[in-house]
Amino acid sequence: MNIVVCVKYVPDATAERGFDAGDRTVDRSGVPGLLSELDEYAVEAALKLADAGDAEVTVLTVGPADAADALKKSLQMGAGKAVHVLDDAIHGSDSVGTSLVLAEAVRKLGAEQPVDLVLCGMASTDGSMSVIPAMLAERLDLPQVTFASELEVGDGTVRIRRDGEAATETVEASLPAVVSVTDQANEPRYPSFKGIMAAKKKPVQTWSLADLGVDAGAVGLAAAWTAVDSFEARPPRQKGTVVTDEGDGGQRLVAYLAEQRFV
Amino acid sequence: MSEILVLVDHVDGVVRKTTTELLTMARRLGEPYAVFVGSGYEQARDTLATYGAQKVYLLEQPELTDHLVAPKAEALAQLAERATPAAIMLASGAEGKEIAGRLAIKLASGVLTDVVDVQPGDGTVVATQAVFAGNYTVRSRVTHGTPILTVKPNSATPEPAPAQPVEEKTDVTVSDRARAARVVERSPRTQTGRPELTEAAIVVSGGRGVGSADNFAVVEGLADALGGAVGASRAAVDAGWYPHAYQVGQTGKTVSPQLYLAAGISGAIQHRAGMQTSKTIAVVNKDPEAPIFEMADFGVVGDLHAVLPQATEEVNRRKG
Repeated sequence: MNIVVCVKYVPDATAERGFDAGDRTVDRSGVPGLLSELDEYAVEAALKLADAGDAEVTVLTVGPADAADALKKSLQMGAGKAVHVLDDAIHGSDSVGTSLVLAEAVRKLGAEQPVDLVLCGMASTDGSMSVIPAMLAERLDLPQVTFASELEVGDGTVRIRRDGEAATETVEASLPAVVSVTDQANEPRYPSFKGIMAAKKKPVQTWSLADLGVDAGAVGLAAAWTAVDSFEARPPRQKGTVVTDEGDGGQRLVAYLAEQRFV
Repeated sequence: MSEILVLVDHVDGVVRKTTTELLTMARRLGEPYAVFVGSGYEQARDTLATYGAQKVYLLEQPELTDHLVAPKAEALAQLAERATPAAIMLASGAEGKEIAGRLAIKLASGVLTDVVDVQPGDGTVVATQAVFAGNYTVRSRVTHGTPILTVKPNSATPEPAPAQPVEEKTDVTVSDRARAARVVERSPRTQTGRPELTEAAIVVSGGRGVGSADNFAVVEGLADALGGAVGASRAAVDAGWYPHAYQVGQTGKTVSPQLYLAAGISGAIQHRAGMQTSKTIAVVNKDPEAPIFEMADFGVVGDLHAVLPQATEEVNRRKG
């Protein structure tokens, strides 16, 4: 089985994140980046399938030079090889542009060896739009089986459990398919020392837009179908009142809630 | 007036509050045209009319709901091609976002998710989003195609505007490829009788400080007294004290209620990302150094096992 895992390099959520005042894209300078936490579950899901049988796991990312770090982490966890789509023209792409580049990269990988499964995290931890798996499925003309909290693959079929707002669903599709997993799907492994050493020897290919046959004019900020007009930092919350419970903490809490008309 | 397509979010005809919010917001942009997919329309009719739907497209083919997402995206795409709406609005849940994603590619249109406000502007729609855990407010526009917007729950107060919608039974073509992902089993979630977490005006959440699954009863007690939903931090969920469906945070649900009451939650960044846009935040924690106090409008340093039951009693006393 040939599995491609799409991963994203994101600014660390614990750091101060902001926007570039010039082009109003996310300002990555001075903010440490890392493999999106939610993508670790997708990498783990792929590795579990590889552990259970014969599967090749390729991690794929679209992003700036630093994004190689996200690939490195995935290789250290156990992925077999990595592809980095790196091209200045991609800067500022929206989800539509990003999904185009990812889809073309999956196609190129598929031309070498047919892809059975495209795995994604449920959302990125920066934009958290959750639309990329759906867009990829639409572009690749593949079934989409998303938000899997349990995942089973066998006999050319993928079967998942999905916990929706109103119901729990079991969904089935035949392979190839695009699957996204939630943080309930598994417990991502930590890279072992052996894994870290082995990762150094694993192949990382770097592709440009030209390698994918994607027109540079179809991606990037200028080609985005959405535009940011303005952004403003929210004023920090005013520190409120803090009292210490002296046997009447519950009553004082409710007095405040009543004042605010919640009671 | 231009037509705004609104996908109705419902469970067997019971229209969810997110939809009445969508209809209310859509009226700022044009005339809301509701798209009702599935069965149970009889139940939904009054609600859609009350909140101003000028027209209801009724799509009752079972293949639209027997499969995951893709057929609904096809249906909306076909309606959009016929009706040329000024915008398409969906609720910002998992399904709404995915339909929006597929629709964006089909219609060659830009998509904005987790929108909290919309206003007409310059022949298009200006949408407001709260990003980076609510630290930034961003105003964006769709610059290509039909604006597709998914709107976060609790972004508007539903306001009635009674209408007499024209009902149009509509058949759409569902392609074989859209039937590729089949729902083979569907079991409705057990009803707790409490409001839906993402829609609730009041949320009471418990964390590590709750100490056990049984002790969540004190959190539930206060939630019930206040008429709110129950949430849990990742620590409490990982410990197995509360189901994941109630997890608030970056890898759980994002909530934005009028009141968020965090009990026994220290306030790790991942949790804050899920509740930071709550209007009022109240905190009970015995550790005065807990970072969540920095966000609190009102905080009590104390043991939640004493404070919460007393608060519950006090709420019930005041309610008489």
